[in-house]
Amino acid sequence: MNEKEAPLLEMRHISKDFFGNQVLSDVNFTLKRGEILGLVGENGAGKSTLMKILFGMDEIHQTGGYGGDILLNGEKVAFATSIEALAAGIGMVHQEFSLLPDFSATENILLNREPLKYTVFSELFGERLNILDREKMTEISEKAIKRLAVPLDPEMLVSQMPVGHKQFTEIARELSKEGTGLVEGIKLLVLDEPTAVLSEQEADSLLKAMRLLAETGIAIIFISHRLQEIIDVCDTIMVMRDGKIMKTGPSKGVAIPDIAKWMVGREVNTSAIVHRVFDYENKDIILALRNLWVDMPGEVVRNVNLDVYKGEIIGIGGMAGQGKLGIPNGAMGLFPAGGHVTFEGKDIPLNSPRNFLDAGMAFVSEDRRGVGLLLDETLEWNVSFTAMQIQEKYLKQYLGGFFKWRDQKAIEEETNGYVKQLEIRCTSTKQKAKELSGGNQQKICLAKAFAVAPKLLFVSEPTRGIDIGAKSLVLKALRKYNEEQGTTIVMISSELEELRAICDRIAIVSDGKVLGILPATTDSAEFGLLMVGQKSEMIDGGSV
Amino acid sequence: MTLQRTKSQKVLRFLGNNTVPILFLVICAFGIPLSGYSTNYLVSEVVVRIARNSFLIVSLLIPILAGMGLNFGMTLGAMAGQIGLIFISDWGIVGIPGMLLAMIISTPISIALGLWCGKILNMAKGREMVTSYIIGFFMNGIYQLVVLYGMGSIIPIRSSALVLPRGYGIRNTVNLIGIRKSLDNVLTIKLFGVPIPLVTFAVIALLCIFVLWFKKTKLGQDMRSVGQDMEVARAAGIKVEHTRIVSIVISTVFAGYGMILYLQNIGTLNTYNSHMQIGMFSVAALLVGGATVSKANIRNVFLGVILFHLMFIVSPMAGKNLIGQAQLGEYFRVFVSYGVITISLVLYEVRKKRDRGDAGQLLAAEQGEAE
Repeated sequence: MNEKEAPLLEMRHISKDFFGNQVLSDVNFTLKRGEILGLVGENGAGKSTLMKILFGMDEIHQTGGYGGDILLNGEKVAFATSIEALAAGIGMVHQEFSLLPDFSATENILLNREPLKYTVFSELFGERLNILDREKMTEISEKAIKRLAVPLDPEMLVSQMPVGHKQFTEIARELSKEGTGLVEGIKLLVLDEPTAVLSEQEADSLLKAMRLLAETGIAIIFISHRLQEIIDVCDTIMVMRDGKIMKTGPSKGVAIPDIAKWMVGREVNTSAIVHRVFDYENKDIILALRNLWVDMPGEVVRNVNLDVYKGEIIGIGGMAGQGKLGIPNGAMGLFPAGGHVTFEGKDIPLNSPRNFLDAGMAFVSEDRRGVGLLLDETLEWNVSFTAMQIQEKYLKQYLGGFFKWRDQKAIEEETNGYVKQLEIRCTSTKQKAKELSGGNQQKICLAKAFAVAPKLLFVSEPTRGIDIGAKSLVLKALRKYNEEQGTTIVMISSELEELRAICDRIAIVSDGKVLGILPATTDSAEFGLLMVGQKSEMIDGGSV
Repeated sequence: MTLQRTKSQKVLRFLGNNTVPILFLVICAFGIPLSGYSTNYLVSEVVVRIARNSFLIVSLLIPILAGMGLNFGMTLGAMAGQIGLIFISDWGIVGIPGMLLAMIISTPISIALGLWCGKILNMAKGREMVTSYIIGFFMNGIYQLVVLYGMGSIIPIRSSALVLPRGYGIRNTVNLIGIRKSLDNVLTIKLFGVPIPLVTFAVIALLCIFVLWFKKTKLGQDMRSVGQDMEVARAAGIKVEHTRIVSIVISTVFAGYGMILYLQNIGTLNTYNSHMQIGMFSVAALLVGGATVSKANIRNVFLGVILFHLMFIVSPMAGKNLIGQAQLGEYFRVFVSYGVITISLVLYEVRKKRDRGDAGQLLAAEQGEAE
């Protein structure tokens, strides 16, 4: 590496806002040839936005572009499309696989870039009637795979591959673009959480492959939540938090706790809520999950064991895609699940929402518009619907229950009560649910769950997509409801600070399992460590 | 990791994957002895049906490749083929030149209809089958308008054998005597007393080779990728919409040729009915051969033709011998074809759900190991 030559990539004063919401401010960094840069940060810290800017994705242009300059080899560039970025030699491997299951590795690597053999028909009907040159395809894909030095069979179907091989296929696809008409040479690879789904062994061979690539002069931006990997493989570490770079420096000598501290430790506007001390003495276990598995795409739960005590607020946190959302969705029966759920000493049959609700549990879904609300109905209907269905609330009975009529007055009163209590901004209780803002819709979801008067309430991502003011209101409402009605609350959230503010205990879920449970008063760096799979001596299996 | 299955589970799985063909084997196994037909008669009948129907059924394969399901819109191609046949009957062009001319006339009509149908199906992604089914009904109305009112008045048709006595509109049945069996009879050999129309079989073989070759072309590969995941294909730069339209156009054009081949064997054109039935029967035959909404190959075509038409042949006689009414067999045919389509569509969803359940079992099994 020659220190004098211009850096391969330089980003200067990059800033970006989405409609007034500042997601990146004054981001500066440089990247040399053959350098591996580790980019870490919590969900929503701005990593993906930064990469999208680099790639000139449509999303960025449609939302008003960005501020600052990008320099490639010392020259200012601004890519209008990701194809232009690719032509300049920047490749990206996305977190989600973009592979076709019934195609072999080779077919996927060369998708829509297949070398062709001439046939007569192409004269008549155009290029697409040339046949694929299978031999050449195998040759090219083998060459790309060889550069990674991994045992990947080019003829294997993607659907039969272990996840690790899928990841290699993706990377090989980027490498195979080199030397074709499209790109002269790949200079920079961006790997977005390539190891998130890999086993340790697979991740190891991927890291080795990355080193090999770096030695040939390709620079790599490596985004990962696994901090040990970052330290092991990267030359430089860059930590982002809230759209700013908190720290950039060589990876040598950095310890995981340092990174974890830089990553988290954000203050949320939840100061109005004070930590409370929950007395676990003599408290019964209200809900016990044993060997729970849930087949929820993207949020697979593998083996969760968890005890919930009566009257507490327990938080479930963890990185996105690790399975925390699968827990309530599986327990309620919205996705195929197995294992044992015991509520108040009784086994609750899985895969049946009715049983879940009948037992006295309720679930406020993270999917407000899909599962949570009847968008085209009035607020009254939304609030009363579940309670009416499950508990026959708000019904007047005639002829010994033969006729059941809706009690409109009771519904109206109850809804008005919630509107006042939760400060729901609406024109009247007859307004349609879809006309409310996100925050107010969330409050309607809560009111709907409260109306059932559950003994245990699952709340999933209650503050996702709502503004700060509404956030603290929702949190306060939950805490108040818990204290006044004695309802046990299980709250699932990606925002650690929010969990720390309201919960008594927090369980961290990773890879579909509960990694550990900590009191909410624990230092946030400790949680950060737990999230990235590092247990410190403080954490013991699950008790408080 | 894969699930370990016991032998009985494997058998059940095989039965589940092949329910429809097995069901038909059972029907035929009961029907054949009941009908009392001789083997020789059955074989020669089946050979005739293979020659008659395979081309039409093969035309369904390419949209399935592109992930668009069963193309009920093949009716559009059938209409185009029939229009071609009406014209050559009027002009009095007979034999193979007549057939070729009918094909040439049908081609631009099929292409136009296919383009239009493909465009509509692109607006109804995920609901291609029901949409194409209804498009067939809609187009039937326009076909009737053209054939019943347009022909003989605006479109010149002179032959009095074709035009209704009132002076315009085509008669209910058109005698295709000019091209009747003209292809089948070019070269026929008798094998164990069964006449085999060699040239027709050669044409069908050519089409099969075309389909196999087509899968190897860039266009075929693009269709396969579009069929698996439109978004991934789009991200790779494949023109998804265009590819889908092309697949429907190819299917429609082939359906037109298939219809001409079919009618030259039958010898009469049922002007207002032939095309409506043919879509359903072809789809049913393909499904009987073990194809699904997302997967079909040439083996399915021939197995389907044989099983489905064996049922067709034996059911009237079996019905007569069993109950004393041939009508029952007639009724049974139609009933069974709709039934097969229904069962196949339901089973397809059931299997999808089962495969999803397998993912859950895998999770459960993993846990068993962990403990």
